[in-house]
Amino acid sequence: MTKSKSKKKIKSPYSYRLAAPVGIIFLVFFIIPTIVSFFFSMTRWTLFDWEFIGFENFIQYFKEASLAIGFKNTLIYGVVTSGLKVIIGLALALLLTGRLRAKGFLRSVVYFPVLVSTIGVGFTFSVLMDPNYGVINKAIVSLGKSIGWETYGPGWLVDPNLLPLFSVAFVDVWKGVGMATVIFMAGLATIPREYYEALEVDGGGAWDKFKNITLPLVQPATAAVVILSFIGGLRSFDLIWAMTNGGPGFLSDVIASINYKQYQAGFYGLATAGNVILLFFVLAITGPIYWYFNRKEQEA
Amino acid sequence: MKTMMKRGFALTLPLALVFGAAAAAPSQAADTEITWLIDNSQSNQDVAKALVAAYEKANPGYKVTVVLRPGGADGDNLVKTKLATGVMEDVFTYNSGSLFQALAPSKNLLEITNEPFMKNVLSSFNPVVSVGKKVYGTPFGTAVGGGILYNKKVYAKLKLKVPTTWAEFMANNKKIKAAGIDPVIQSYKDTWTSQLFVLADYYNVQSASPNFAANYTANKEKYAKNPAALRGFEYIEELKKLNYFNRDYASTTYAQALDKVALGQGAHYPMATWAIPQIASQQPASLENVGFFAQPSSKASVNGVTVWVPSGTYIPANTKNAAAAKKFVGWMTTAKAVDVMNSVEGFAGGPYYIKNASIPNALPGAVKDLVKYFDRNATAPALEFVSPIKGPNLEKILIEVGLGIKTAKKAAADYDADVVKQAKQLGLKGW
Repeated sequence: MTKSKSKKKIKSPYSYRLAAPVGIIFLVFFIIPTIVSFFFSMTRWTLFDWEFIGFENFIQYFKEASLAIGFKNTLIYGVVTSGLKVIIGLALALLLTGRLRAKGFLRSVVYFPVLVSTIGVGFTFSVLMDPNYGVINKAIVSLGKSIGWETYGPGWLVDPNLLPLFSVAFVDVWKGVGMATVIFMAGLATIPREYYEALEVDGGGAWDKFKNITLPLVQPATAAVVILSFIGGLRSFDLIWAMTNGGPGFLSDVIASINYKQYQAGFYGLATAGNVILLFFVLAITGPIYWYFNRKEQEA
Repeated sequence: MKTMMKRGFALTLPLALVFGAAAAAPSQAADTEITWLIDNSQSNQDVAKALVAAYEKANPGYKVTVVLRPGGADGDNLVKTKLATGVMEDVFTYNSGSLFQALAPSKNLLEITNEPFMKNVLSSFNPVVSVGKKVYGTPFGTAVGGGILYNKKVYAKLKLKVPTTWAEFMANNKKIKAAGIDPVIQSYKDTWTSQLFVLADYYNVQSASPNFAANYTANKEKYAKNPAALRGFEYIEELKKLNYFNRDYASTTYAQALDKVALGQGAHYPMATWAIPQIASQQPASLENVGFFAQPSSKASVNGVTVWVPSGTYIPANTKNAAAAKKFVGWMTTAKAVDVMNSVEGFAGGPYYIKNASIPNALPGAVKDLVKYFDRNATAPALEFVSPIKGPNLEKILIEVGLGIKTAKKAAADYDADVVKQAKQLGLKGW
């Protein structure tokens, strides 16, 4: 993927007439709503009527008590989930491209959680993580008993000291790591065998192979995984909402859940302003990452 | 592929409901067939079915189709969207008080101030469904009281007396804890249940500051600044400090909490009497073990209950079937309709706002306890019925207090900041 530096316009092989239907869809469902949302973010909007109030919504939005938690959690969530997905995804990809029996079966097992509905996964895990009736704590309690240790087991999603956000992030990784694995497997497949053979001739071991060949050459895949999962992490909402509703209190709130709650409460203008802010927040963070990886790619 | 499509369908269903309703414009026969939108709680479904059957029997040729909607915040948005896009059913039932005010009634609803059936309605109901002097709704169902549900068996066993002051309440709690029973049940998995200590304390707030509601609406009173109003927040803080909540309170659900109080695993559950029908269906054998008392106050002379006024039934301004809609709404204010509602077991949780309304003979004990406060005239409407302001985050802020994340004082200040959004959204003066 090299970018053409020439300024000369390349004539598209398709006529405008052919592109028109898609263009209209793009205009109606993407361009216009974006412009309209910029407008409504500057109004006090009740669905019945609206009043233009300039930037007051943005000022009000930044006064939101849970906003600091939201920004912090959004970043933590993005970093934790994308980091773990890179590490675990790459490890799994190495395993599943190696010499292994039942490779096809294992690959589909790893990928399977990606196909399951996020809301379904969220509800399932919130049942599993229930402090009293959940399987996880039941196992901990009976394990504790077997070594003579009376315990209740932690409140994974409700104990304010345990940071419920990490419990959700763990489930997010479980669900999303299959996608990262597949991307890494594709990346590994592009690395020519000869490099490894050359290194073997030079007497390099497995670690040298990984460090000097695999890791640098799988870079485009790493970039894709980081960007995809980081953006996904930043605007994540469904899993958090299904598992904790942003709670207890506001402890696992992210920006998207704050915005959702404002829509729920009927503050339509304010919530729209929140989404505009989220848009710029995601752009401000992913823009540099994208630029950084793209540059590296061209250098490589 | 098929399952993926199904999943997509399920996720977009709420939207489809809104737009689907727009597509299927009502094409009904000459003004005798109407639709009625009501929330999907089991008791409302049962009562709606019974009412429609009785109405259609008494008025041959007339037909009412019940349409269900979700409750809570999803229901709020559905109702607003339907009104804004002009596809509201001919009649709909929805909260009175602050949520009603957010519907822009003078623009969206049909005024019924001078309809003949309004003489059936107790005039004390009108303020919660009015803008100025114009009335837009009729009462649906009964008033309920907010306070403390308690287990009578635990009280009998430990020889406790029903408390009127907070000091007495805490003394009882001490004995209950010593007996190895959870003094107070909380159920933070269903976040809305965390609010009762503050909301049901309003009778006490009002008796200490009679003009609280008006001043609060005018941005002159604050929860953090008024000591009487702050008490509700402090109650939760005190109970948490003394470790008086059930151990699993952070993950307990509303339904589990009702089981606990009915079975005596916990002694007190701050809740409104709307829970009684659900206890009757979950723990029918233990229903009579549950009693009710008003939220204790700071002094013995103040002892009354905070009341949740019933929902209203409204007609949208743009309905094409106004005559039939009025006929149905009017019929629902008659003593006959009340008899039908009473025939649905467990529905009556307190008094009606209908003149000459009967009350079923066999009321559950907790509801009888509530009616005593009405007989003494010791009631006050909850704040949300006398002020349009209610912030959306009260339940979460109170959970923070209950979990020990925040102090009562800080939480009250945070809630004061939270309501600013609502006040501005409503365009109130002085904010």
